[in-house]
Amino acid sequence: MFAYIIRRLLYSIPVLLATSFLIFTFVSITGDPLGKIRSNPRISAAELASIKHEKKLDKPVVVRYGYWLKGAVRGDFGRTLFASRPITPDLKRVLGHTLQLLVAVEILAVLVAVGIGVLSAIRQYSVFDYSMTTLSFIGFSMPVFWLALILQVIFTNAFLKWHVRIFYTAQLSSVDPGHGIHFLLDRIQHLALPVLTLVVLTIAAYSRYMRASMLEVINSDYVRTARAKGLIERRVIMKHVFRNALIPLVTVVAIDFGGIFGGAIVTEQIFTLDGMGTYFINSLQAGDPYPVMAWLMVSAVMIVVFNLVADIVYGVLDPRIRYD
Amino acid sequence: MAIGPDPAAPLEPAGAGIGSAVPAQPTELVYDTGVELQARSQWAFARRRFLRHRLAMGALVVLLTVFGLGIFANFVAPYSYSEVNLDALTQPPSAKHLFGTDQAGRDYFSRTLYGIRTSVRVALLVGFLSTLIGTVVGGLSGYFGGWPDNILMRITDLFLTLPLLAVLLTAAKFLGHSGPTQVALLLAFFIWTNTARIVRGSFLSLREKEYVEAAKASGSGDIRIMFRHMIPNTIGPILVAATLTTGTAILLEAVLSFLGFGIEPPTPALGVLIGEGQDQGLASWWLVTFPGLMIVLIVLCINFIGDGLRDALDPTQRRIRA
Repeated sequence: MFAYIIRRLLYSIPVLLATSFLIFTFVSITGDPLGKIRSNPRISAAELASIKHEKKLDKPVVVRYGYWLKGAVRGDFGRTLFASRPITPDLKRVLGHTLQLLVAVEILAVLVAVGIGVLSAIRQYSVFDYSMTTLSFIGFSMPVFWLALILQVIFTNAFLKWHVRIFYTAQLSSVDPGHGIHFLLDRIQHLALPVLTLVVLTIAAYSRYMRASMLEVINSDYVRTARAKGLIERRVIMKHVFRNALIPLVTVVAIDFGGIFGGAIVTEQIFTLDGMGTYFINSLQAGDPYPVMAWLMVSAVMIVVFNLVADIVYGVLDPRIRYD
Repeated sequence: MAIGPDPAAPLEPAGAGIGSAVPAQPTELVYDTGVELQARSQWAFARRRFLRHRLAMGALVVLLTVFGLGIFANFVAPYSYSEVNLDALTQPPSAKHLFGTDQAGRDYFSRTLYGIRTSVRVALLVGFLSTLIGTVVGGLSGYFGGWPDNILMRITDLFLTLPLLAVLLTAAKFLGHSGPTQVALLLAFFIWTNTARIVRGSFLSLREKEYVEAAKASGSGDIRIMFRHMIPNTIGPILVAATLTTGTAILLEAVLSFLGFGIEPPTPALGVLIGEGQDQGLASWWLVTFPGLMIVLIVLCINFIGDGLRDALDPTQRRIRA
């Protein structure tokens, strides 16, 4: 198992290198970071050339990539192009905030979706099943940003009209959140709506997969044997069906993580959370290639790690898989 | 009644199909029930199963209605989409303005209709292009294997390590996103991997079938085999993938436009409308609700249709759908 992990990590390094090189080349070639400066008539050609040299923009792309990589592997992503603001501290801060959001979403979504999926499968064709299926379809037909806006509108109006603050609709924390439990409660109140937004979509998808997986297992031969042996239905479901149906869900969660991450980008933008999403969009809008690069690398590493964890969990859950 | 196979005819296995005694060679069977029997192809069965799928049919009707309203927005919309009416700024929905008006006094219902037109146009283009690219790439790599297949798998892996939205946003920013067509090209360029994976899987398994081997033995060229044997057997999954890709395309185009990286105002698109209405949205709920409801409606119908198609085209279906 250990060897498998090492092998996977080693394998992901070339993938990350290739990804980073492609992105770097793409961003460097297509964008013109000096465009704004260039169009400024007060800056002479000589000044432009010296700025170019100072920021190493006159060297070929591969060389620039080398400089960037040298810093990146040490965790130093350099500075932004325009304001020369160090990237790494900013990125670390927003990463922490986004991880809070993502972890909360994943845990909540998996718990609820598994419950819904199992119940839907056990009571197939019941009212519960049909209504859950319909809600799921509606759930993953909804654009994430629209749901976020609707929730924001509802809760803001609730506050304005009835002076009842249930959940906050913006920011990560209030101005003075206090410490310890107060801070935690405040953070929960702030993150509740973003989490709810992402969770709806995720539950819609996961519960469908869980249900399909459960149905597949329920109709399989070994379950029929278990019933024939005389086990009570509850034991059949809990001991055999449920555990086996859970396994494909791990793969789905792993693959879908990138999608949730994308949803988080938009949600953070709408709820003005200080997370990776807003950081990314602000850097993109400024046309600043270095924070964009750093961001993409960090998210790629996150996804690779997440996939690795999912594969390990898969190996733990499914005794048929032996990594050697 | 003398029903049974003609004793002179060779024994044939029963024909395909659920619920009908379709003979493999109808001319060699002797029936005198007086009933006329028709041979049905696999497609006819699939079509019948789809038409019976009430939810999918209902969704198809709704979708076509919405598409029709959008495409013919010129004729259907009560006002033009840029007609400013300064007397009626930001009005809630009423009899005169079904969806209300926006900050500049433009009728929101008409703007939404024009928005539907643009969004649908982009989505259909993306669906078509990505299915085309995906089928070609997936088919070639699945059929030939070897290094093209390897490269495709590496590319798909690469796409998987980055969140799709982030890649789209970056590409939109650095490649430009002027106009619906360019946005459509951008989207299609990144969405085809899903279809390619499905087609590749199908071709990989079809490659091992006996009739392909027989075709090769009798001298069929690769192209002929692909077009005559493999593609018709893959059209089911391709169709389902195309439908679902179109739905995804609508959602993605909406997000891009909303964030300002897709279609830009004044061109109306559903995402643009929501984006423009966002500032006022807290007080004027209709500005963000209605375009979004249209998106949900369209994507919901597409998902139902895709689900119905998947059920209809799957010959291993065991239970009868309601």
